[in-house]
Amino acid sequence: MLDVEQVRKDFPMLSVSMHDHPLIYLDNGATTLKPQSVIQAICEYLSSYSANAHRGDYDLSHRVDETFENVRQKVANFIHAPKKENIVFTYGASDSLNLVAYGYGLTHLQEDDEIILSFQEHASNTLPWFDVSRQKGCRIQYVTLDQDGQITLEHIKETINEHTKIIAISHISNVLGYLNPIKEICQYAHQKGIIVVVDGAQSVPHMPVDVEELDCDFLAFSAHKMCGPTGVGILYGKLNLLEETSPTRLGGGSNSRYYKDGQVTLKKVPAKFEAGTPNIEGVIGLGSAIDYLTQLSMKEIHEYELSLRRYAVDQLLQLDNVIVYNPDAQGPIAFNIKGVFSQDAASLFNTYGIAIRAGHHCAKLLDNYLETNTTCRASLYFYNTREEIDQFIEICKKGDDFLDAFFG
Amino acid sequence: MRSLDNPMILREIILDHYEYPRNRGLTDDKDYIKINMNSETCIDDIDIQVKIEDGVIKDFRFDGEACAISTASTSILSELIKGKTLEEAKYIIEQYNNMIYEREYDEEILEEAIAFKNTSKQANRIKCATLGWNGLSQIIDEQKVGEPHD
Ligand SMILES: Cc1ncc(COP(=O)(O)O)c(C=O)c1O
Repeated sequence: MLDVEQVRKDFPMLSVSMHDHPLIYLDNGATTLKPQSVIQAICEYLSSYSANAHRGDYDLSHRVDETFENVRQKVANFIHAPKKENIVFTYGASDSLNLVAYGYGLTHLQEDDEIILSFQEHASNTLPWFDVSRQKGCRIQYVTLDQDGQITLEHIKETINEHTKIIAISHISNVLGYLNPIKEICQYAHQKGIIVVVDGAQSVPHMPVDVEELDCDFLAFSAHKMCGPTGVGILYGKLNLLEETSPTRLGGGSNSRYYKDGQVTLKKVPAKFEAGTPNIEGVIGLGSAIDYLTQLSMKEIHEYELSLRRYAVDQLLQLDNVIVYNPDAQGPIAFNIKGVFSQDAASLFNTYGIAIRAGHHCAKLLDNYLETNTTCRASLYFYNTREEIDQFIEICKKGDDFLDAFFG
Repeated sequence: MRSLDNPMILREIILDHYEYPRNRGLTDDKDYIKINMNSETCIDDIDIQVKIEDGVIKDFRFDGEACAISTASTSILSELIKGKTLEEAKYIIEQYNNMIYEREYDEEILEEAIAFKNTSKQANRIKCATLGWNGLSQIIDEQKVGEPHD
């Protein structure tokens, strides 16, 4: 069992206050807090073995190389990728998704091809595909959502036709929080030669993920949503697909040779994608975050979060003045306090030291479906407690006094 | 306590303008100058229409999707500046900004807008309390550019 009280001591941010109240951080979908071990790992690199990676011929640089490449192996183990070469370091999930869209999509799609997206997708898994399909004369098709907003294999099947080449879909949506049936989708799509790109930004931090079992073709996620630092992302890809993917940035470190006539020989996967000095301290911090999560056990983290979410939702459902849009999902809780604009609600929570988000959550297409333009979003992580949820519920009850926040 | 300092009264003013916004609803009249204000950091998204004749603000309309603070502050603004010259309106906006950013300001002229005098204590709401005001300010500035300089 996860010992939450013990775990909380690892996070310096959990002793911070906001608006004169102890911080209750329920915006983990946006970014997560960092444990001391991650902070220390970054500080150690900065203070005792700072040097560039893949460059120097001296001890320090060698240590950087080893540590850096070690993290690649840790990431591979974490998501059960066959090899560390399956792992490309990027600057965030958005960057990873852009790499797939421009490096693979732009070079493989042709006029009349179709890309399947869903209304739940984050802007980072929507806008690059819009642009690529505009450039190539492709079409975007949206998979229909069922009544609760879920994606089913049946709906995917209905949306697929002989033009479909790529399905780009989140593993867990950052707004509605449903776990999508990726494994089944991949199985079906692969029979038709369709590539499945999975946005794992909201799944990998919260549950065990096994890319071999899912059999997805690409998986994108961000370090900062899993206790790591900002500015580091991961793109997992099947090796043959990564080999077919063109780098979208060129420069030092990604080539092995080039000549004045313009001929360039690129390095192998994944180095060919990683031109320029990477975010070394970020990658090192990610390695430490993975150690931390692994030691707690992703399975236990997942179970704990599900039970905490259930606890929160059950209480919310008892409040007459609250609407919950996704009671039976896994990820963020999407809700509104009746008659209170989401931004005003977020402000009210703020005055009690509670961080939640209001807005479209970068998934503006979903408005059509929810019949509300904006929602509040509370997103949990394993360091949140039932006591915090109780306090959050108390504030929900005060919804009508939202203007007090302005004078508080 | 002066009524101006009574949070209950200030709260009532805001609530009233939020629940019953004045000058809300857009027109198709081509004589109006239109601007969309949607702040990049929050979700408020409002359209503003202003009719200016001979340097005087004849009408001000707005609509959109916005929180209580930006709705009420824009509603109050609409009442304050109707019939004012551009110069007068600029002065009022300047005083309002002075209040929001905790500088000396002319309290008299702001009338109900003083309900927002505590905004600086809620830094994340400054963008809401100034959204409509910045919109009008932009429209006025653009007017200037268009005027002949002779
Ligand atoms: C589902 C989903 N995809 C992609 C992203 C983008 O991640 P990042 O901002 O780290 O690039 C996010 C984060 O907000 C997300 O929630």
